[in-house]
Amino acid sequence: MFVTYLVRELRRRMRQAIFVAAGLALGIGLVITVIAASTGVSNSQGAVLHSLYGVGTDVTVTQAPAAGSDRPPSFGFGGGATGQAGSAFSRNVLRAPGLGTLTSSSVTTISGLTDVSAASGSLSLTDLSLSGTIPSGSQPSGSQQGGFGGGASGSISSSSFTVTGIDPAGDALGPLSSATITSGHGITTAESTDNVAVVDSNYAASQNLKVGSTITVAGTTFTVVGIAQAAQSTNTSDVYIPLARAQSLAAMPNEVNTIYVSAASSADITTVSKEISASLPKATVTTSSDLASQVTGSLSSASSLANSLGKWLAVAVMAAAFFIASILTISAVSRRVREFGTLKAMGWRSRRIIRQIMGEALVIGIVGGIAGVALGYGGAALIQSLAPPLTASTGATTNGAAAGGPGHFGAGGGGGGLGRAAGASHTVSVHLNAPVTLGAVGLAVVLAILGGLIAGSFGGWRAVRLRPAAALARVE
Amino acid sequence: MYKLTAVTKDYPKGRRTVHALRGIDLAIEDGDWLAIQGPTGHGKSTLLQILGALDRSTTGTVEFRGQDLGSLRENQLTHVRATSIGFIFQTFNLIPTLSAQENVEAALVPLDVADAERRDRAAQGLAEVGLADRARHLPSELSGGQQQRVAIARALVKKPAVLLADEPTGNLDEGTRDEIMTLLASLWEERGLTLVIVTHDTSVARRAQQTGVMKDGRLRLRLNARDATA
Repeated sequence: MFVTYLVRELRRRMRQAIFVAAGLALGIGLVITVIAASTGVSNSQGAVLHSLYGVGTDVTVTQAPAAGSDRPPSFGFGGGATGQAGSAFSRNVLRAPGLGTLTSSSVTTISGLTDVSAASGSLSLTDLSLSGTIPSGSQPSGSQQGGFGGGASGSISSSSFTVTGIDPAGDALGPLSSATITSGHGITTAESTDNVAVVDSNYAASQNLKVGSTITVAGTTFTVVGIAQAAQSTNTSDVYIPLARAQSLAAMPNEVNTIYVSAASSADITTVSKEISASLPKATVTTSSDLASQVTGSLSSASSLANSLGKWLAVAVMAAAFFIASILTISAVSRRVREFGTLKAMGWRSRRIIRQIMGEALVIGIVGGIAGVALGYGGAALIQSLAPPLTASTGATTNGAAAGGPGHFGAGGGGGGLGRAAGASHTVSVHLNAPVTLGAVGLAVVLAILGGLIAGSFGGWRAVRLRPAAALARVE
Repeated sequence: MYKLTAVTKDYPKGRRTVHALRGIDLAIEDGDWLAIQGPTGHGKSTLLQILGALDRSTTGTVEFRGQDLGSLRENQLTHVRATSIGFIFQTFNLIPTLSAQENVEAALVPLDVADAERRDRAAQGLAEVGLADRARHLPSELSGGQQQRVAIARALVKKPAVLLADEPTGNLDEGTRDEIMTLLASLWEERGLTLVIVTHDTSVARRAQQTGVMKDGRLRLRLNARDATA
């Protein structure tokens, strides 16, 4: 009887039922679409951030350079025999530009924190080479700040490339984690003290390097064992070598300048961040959400659109749908006063009548929910097919350590940008996917049931207040 | 069956209080047929609602089969209505979306009768009022007389002790009215029902054993020289 009565009643007021279900469907469809868009934007942001900062990295730890610590490179042109005008020279040094350093023991400290699943240190360096003839009339001194002025151009050639020392044991985190080894292999733990290098594919192409080639880092010859291709146009280093070798060549034993940390779970990131700050008070701790806030460009705009306008639009439509459903249910109950009065006169309990009303409202809600899920899938597909490629730019403040200090290097027409590793701004183009997640569908089901229950409750409340005598008196 | 003592019913109406019933004393025995007449607004329907446990008296006591209805909780009153009281209304009050059969079955829903038995009893009830062949019809597909027959079947399917009818022929033409009254009379006789009918129609009232006339909330009873064929 319950089902028969319910179906017949809904059939009787089919237009109204369709109207209410359509309202709920619209709201639920919008919610799903907004969630899908938001998830897509979030995934895109994640992809951008991972490509820029490494897959699996939840927190990065750096340290701002101490004032005056970032001294310009000394090439040893002191007033000795090598400094005579007209004499040829060649120098190759490895420097850590614009970044403060942390001790390797900090990595151990962080690894030991409760909510940390892994930590890995790296040392970002720049290999600088200068060669040429010391110009006449110039008396450069290695003890002075700055470099060669424009007047020295033409007699000196320079080159530079970025080198990152990575911990082979922790390569699941850190600079190479988002890259793909396209040729050869990555640096293994067995090679942690060998002169082996993995070279970025772009740099390899420009320098005509391949697996088995050799490169010179700080005057030491390294064998290329792998070519790495970064996931996207990102903040890559040109050359990766074992951390121990980098520390040794840069004369920075037991020093790193970035620690990549993975939290035990995403819920622990804030805790991990606080724990690290407590353990290393001078360090700059940056979480993935901090990094996300640095992302700008149309991806960021899409994120704002999805998270603010989309969210509130969905909430407003849902609220309106709930309101209309409730009003129409109350109105339907009001029109059925005589019917419910008769049922009460026949001995139907109020709760049986409420169950009937709730059942009708729930069915409308569920139909609306199903239609809403379909609409949501449609909306998500539409966004996916129509959305233009989004661009994302990240600011120049990688890991909070700004390039700067006195290390400007303006060797004539040459160009060694010391701040590249830390200071470059990167733009990445990503396609927006709008995945409909099970969670979103689950939310839709909950909203549909909620919509039905809210509308049904109002209707039921109206019916319970109905005194049978009063209801029947209206008939007279 | 019923014993009403000094029953009053007051309604607030704006700032005024309407005294719908003013000290009704009434005894209705099992198997009695009472007709209640009187002008509109003088308390006929109010009295019927109190007899039907649809409303409570303001003062006085209403005993139904030895139970003081005034002392019962709402769900107990609902149970009394479900098991012992059948109603017939002027406008039939059938559920428009349910067929004749389902309307009759609806009266058995509160009694939690099993599906098969419910269907059988409803079909039998419809057959008793001569509508076996209309069981699947919706109320809108039935004439006024047929709808009232369905309503009678619905009221009687649970085998109530008392049948309360509020203007049962008020919406029917003369021929159908007589048909319905003949049906009610035969059911009353066959089943030993207690029957209370509120009516404006003197020819309907004349069929009852006694008639009560309501005026200004007061009831005056008189015995009828019963005209069973009228």
